[in-house]
Amino acid sequence: MSSVRVLIGTRKGAFVANADGKRQKWNITGPFFAGWEMYHVKGSPADPNRIYASQTSGWFGQLIQRSDDGGKTWDVPGGAPEPKAGMQQGQSNKFQYDTSAETGKPLTTHQWYDGTQHPWEFKRVWHLEPSLADPNTVYAGVEDAALFRSTDGGTSWHELASLRGHGTGPQWQPGAGGMGLHTIILDPKNPKRIWIAISAAGAFRTDDGGASWKPTNKGLYSKFLPNPTAEVGHCVHHIAMHPQRPGVLFMQKHWDVMRSDDAGDTWKEVSGNLPTDFGFVIDVHAHKPETIYVVPIKSDGEHFPLEGKLKVFRSHNGGTDWEDSSQGLPQNNCYVNVLRDAMAVDSMDDCGIYFGTTGGQVYCSPNGGDSWAPVTEHLPAVLSVEVQTLK
Amino acid sequence: MSAKIVRVELPAHLRTLAKTGTEIRVEISGPVTQRSILDALEAKYPMLCGTIREHDTHKRRAFLRFFACEEDLSHQSPDTPLPEAVASGKEPFLIIGAVAGG
Repeated sequence: MSSVRVLIGTRKGAFVANADGKRQKWNITGPFFAGWEMYHVKGSPADPNRIYASQTSGWFGQLIQRSDDGGKTWDVPGGAPEPKAGMQQGQSNKFQYDTSAETGKPLTTHQWYDGTQHPWEFKRVWHLEPSLADPNTVYAGVEDAALFRSTDGGTSWHELASLRGHGTGPQWQPGAGGMGLHTIILDPKNPKRIWIAISAAGAFRTDDGGASWKPTNKGLYSKFLPNPTAEVGHCVHHIAMHPQRPGVLFMQKHWDVMRSDDAGDTWKEVSGNLPTDFGFVIDVHAHKPETIYVVPIKSDGEHFPLEGKLKVFRSHNGGTDWEDSSQGLPQNNCYVNVLRDAMAVDSMDDCGIYFGTTGGQVYCSPNGGDSWAPVTEHLPAVLSVEVQTLK
Repeated sequence: MSAKIVRVELPAHLRTLAKTGTEIRVEISGPVTQRSILDALEAKYPMLCGTIREHDTHKRRAFLRFFACEEDLSHQSPDTPLPEAVASGKEPFLIIGAVAGG
């Protein structure tokens, strides 16, 4: 029988929740890396025992952790005193921006809040995206926004510099939460195609494995911009894709839920009858590419659900028509948020949907959103939720 | 010059990261300075690289301090010889995290 493993990153450590296919009884382990901010924890699709984690701290900076046994034990890649052959030591947390003329246009500044240019400064890894085919290859989206890749299991990192160097980089500007590259989507049918998204720059795509990039924000409208339909500057919160249909993308923007049917070349709004179209997360049912999920949040000034009722909304037609899908979720005095990387789906026959809140709850719907129950309820603020379906 | 054994105390989170006890000892061949201690520490515990001082620039991370013999040595040159009590192992070199946060 299949089982699931939920990887939870929080403000004060990481947790792992395991359950059998029924997804009713959970065994929670952790905290791992207690006291550290765990921005993201994600397993390799090519080897489920290989898991990467981003561990950060204002005191000690960035660390990358890796597990090769499904999250039971962890090590810093290249952190052992005795180096393995060919392995660089002490480099797994070295994210050095590439400003060389050989690999991209030298780019050292972006737009600051006051409109002046500001140096690019590494702060942390927001998102880790393991390769679909190679357990040793993993991408990292970082703040200040850039995309890095490791091909040695996280031991060393190299920037895909042409993203920052493609031309619009000096116009990128941080949102209130920083200028982070938070979304990385790998095309399962075309290994050279990658989508990324940055707050608050927008969405970008490469079709040549990262050698060149272009903004993919046509159709987005952001009234906080001097030009609301500008090529870049949009605060994209998250993008989701169904792996069997990589040309179709769904986006939760700062405001507006959007859809693209041409791989991001153009977007149209599908907020439909949502009670509010502000939010952070969005995801797609594992077996129904037109069934999507969002958690509406009241507004950009009030990051909690409407009327204190935690609600998931589900659409069966790719947006446009939405239904309240919140059975089992708290409907009184609930003022939590659900952050952009804190929703995931499993691939069990009856698709499970998961999300975590800033109040420390993690919820699971083992039936595609028909009903919800807590996985655990008293964790530190949840930053990320990922799930692995284990055979 | 014979090697010296220097005592170093790490903040709790770095002890966990390095999988060590409260106090660790490193061997220094030349002058005992902040730089030579941190070089030896990072060689013995590579997972600490970048957590106490920045890669490449070796600039001390902002929320960490270096204390020894009841003195704050954080703003001294990294190449200034440390007090003899540290070099002789009588007193530990303390790496301290700022008291902040929640």
